[in-house]
Amino acid sequence: MSLPTDDHWDIEISAQSTPFRLGLKDVWQYRDLLWLLVRRDFVSFYKQTIFGPIWFFVQPVITLLIYVLVFNNLAQIGTDATPPALFYLAGIVIWNYFSDCLSKTSTVFKDNASILGKVYFPRLIMPLSIILSNLVRFGIQFLLFIILLIVYTLKGASIAPNLYILLFPFLLFLIAAQGLGLGMIISSVTTKYRDLAFVVTFGIPLLMYTTTVIYPLSTAIVKHPALSLFIKFNPITAVLETFRYGFTGKGYMSWQLLGYSSFITMIILLAGIIIFNKVEKSFIDTI
Amino acid sequence: MPKVIKVEDLAKAYQLGNFGTGTISRDIERTWARLRGKEDPFLKIGQVNNRDISGTSDVVWSLKDINFEIEQGDAVGIIGRNGAGKSTLLKILSRVTSPTLGSVKIKGRIASLLEVGTGFHPELSGRENIYLNGSILGMRKAEIKRKFDEIVDFSGVERYIDTPVKRYSSGMYMRLAFAVAAHLESEILIVDEVLAVGDAEFQKKCLGKMGDVSKGEGRTVLFVSHNMASVKALCKKGLVLAHGQSQYSGSATSAITYYLKGNSVSLNKKQFERQYDKPEFTLHEISLNPKGKTADDALDEYQEIELNTIITIKTDAANLHLTYVLNNENGEALFTFSHINSGKKLKKGKNQLKCFFPKGFLNIGTYYLSIYLIENSKTTLFSENDILSFDVQEGEREIGSWMGKEPGFIKPVFEWAIDRDN
Repeated sequence: MSLPTDDHWDIEISAQSTPFRLGLKDVWQYRDLLWLLVRRDFVSFYKQTIFGPIWFFVQPVITLLIYVLVFNNLAQIGTDATPPALFYLAGIVIWNYFSDCLSKTSTVFKDNASILGKVYFPRLIMPLSIILSNLVRFGIQFLLFIILLIVYTLKGASIAPNLYILLFPFLLFLIAAQGLGLGMIISSVTTKYRDLAFVVTFGIPLLMYTTTVIYPLSTAIVKHPALSLFIKFNPITAVLETFRYGFTGKGYMSWQLLGYSSFITMIILLAGIIIFNKVEKSFIDTI
Repeated sequence: MPKVIKVEDLAKAYQLGNFGTGTISRDIERTWARLRGKEDPFLKIGQVNNRDISGTSDVVWSLKDINFEIEQGDAVGIIGRNGAGKSTLLKILSRVTSPTLGSVKIKGRIASLLEVGTGFHPELSGRENIYLNGSILGMRKAEIKRKFDEIVDFSGVERYIDTPVKRYSSGMYMRLAFAVAAHLESEILIVDEVLAVGDAEFQKKCLGKMGDVSKGEGRTVLFVSHNMASVKALCKKGLVLAHGQSQYSGSATSAITYYLKGNSVSLNKKQFERQYDKPEFTLHEISLNPKGKTADDALDEYQEIELNTIITIKTDAANLHLTYVLNNENGEALFTFSHINSGKKLKKGKNQLKCFFPKGFLNIGTYYLSIYLIENSKTTLFSENDILSFDVQEGEREIGSWMGKEPGFIKPVFEWAIDRDN
């Protein structure tokens, strides 16, 4: 019996890796898993609680109160003539999304080693599910922001939402991509030596002060012209400022800065995916 | 049959010990070598993976030079002792980790069960976990939906399906987990000793399902187990691994025989020069002989058989005793026995123990003896599995009677009473 020698193989496993194969097609094959993981994160968060998803509101509200009290009232940091609550909440919502994405994806290998060590599925699913489930939390907090925005508008505060509001989905993509990209780089380089993980734990809260969450960029430029350059070139700043400008009419809107930020973001994201795909093949040996 | 898996020169090296400041310099060295296009210096110092012997290198080959092909519809049992590389091989095949050298080529979808219940979330209900676990294993949502009732039915936990799985008993948890896995639709299935869970009824169910998968549905199955009986029951072919190298490949039965024989030389006598010279004792010899003959004589089913053990006890012997386990050729334990049960004790110094199996006690076949030195009836000081293997031959039978082997491993002579009923 002679069979036609067909040399077509569906899967080839070898030591060599192809760095620019992003594996996005595989991810699409597993989209149901992505969705279920997001659902799992969301549902398991409020299981066995009485108030359920309401808890998603509590953290930003308390944070907001404290920011208004400390930074605005106590430290007398101006908010660019925007109502302080609105100013801070805009910062909190964007910043929380970024830092949640970053801190969770930066430990994705370590946290999921037990699953990843037993079953194969496109590893990229795991960080993507983190980004998406944080998006749910972001959505809830964003809703809070919109409510506050409406309340202040009705009260007649000087708020001028404008066409730049349409940039919102793009801004969201930028902030997610920054968190995802950086997180994947960190999680990849910490599979063998965990030193960097320590930097991340204390670094993320500090990083907040390098961008315009609690102060407007205009104030920084006036008070610290030299330092404000660093703040400007933090790719998160452009996102934050454009977000504020679009929704409240106050903020530092600059296409150059946004363009620069988008460029850096794409580099971070691509680098993240490439490094991640390289490490995922055998991280389980060293984690 | 077309080939569905082709493994070529597969090798996997692991680094032992802790990672820290000590290992970073070598990592830099390796990266530097790789950048210059040179051979990885790390791999030159690799040693054969033998956990009993301390080596000079902290790089070991968990797998080395593995080559085999598997045809569609084959059920292949992978057997070997702990640390032989079985799990590493399965991990590479299921793409959890990648090989250091060599390649694997696979045709068709592959699903692996290195563990059941991967990704089960304790807070979620059984229903939610079926979907989650199913999709982690590679099923589409629609596929799970279609099979949902079947899965629940197979698991037998219908009543608890909307309760969080953290409230399940461990048995129910396993049942549900296996039920999901059993309904995977892949051309190739990889299974790693998941059957060692659950009660006897469920194990039977699992084995049955696995049998259906390989025999009835014509899918390819790779199965790792220490249970020779289940390998024999499920697999047509066998692959024996030892110290990361492929030792034997052939039919399942011959692979099992090879594996079990490989552990001990099939002679009725074994003398140990230095092998078992420990601080507490020295084991000199274990042998079997037909009564009144030597260990070089064949044992047969109709003779009284003597088991001799010569051991020197160097410490206080009062609390020590020897226990033996007799295993059949499938590696299943038949029974355990010890001199302590007859009230005889070991003494300090050289002991010569004799145990007598009555006439006609052992059936024809190959047996494997394991030995344990026990302290205070609870602590195992020393144990060696399959230290000696021996064959019991057919005895002389009357011409005209049946010549084959009767079922069972022992055929003890019991006392009988036959009364005539008036």
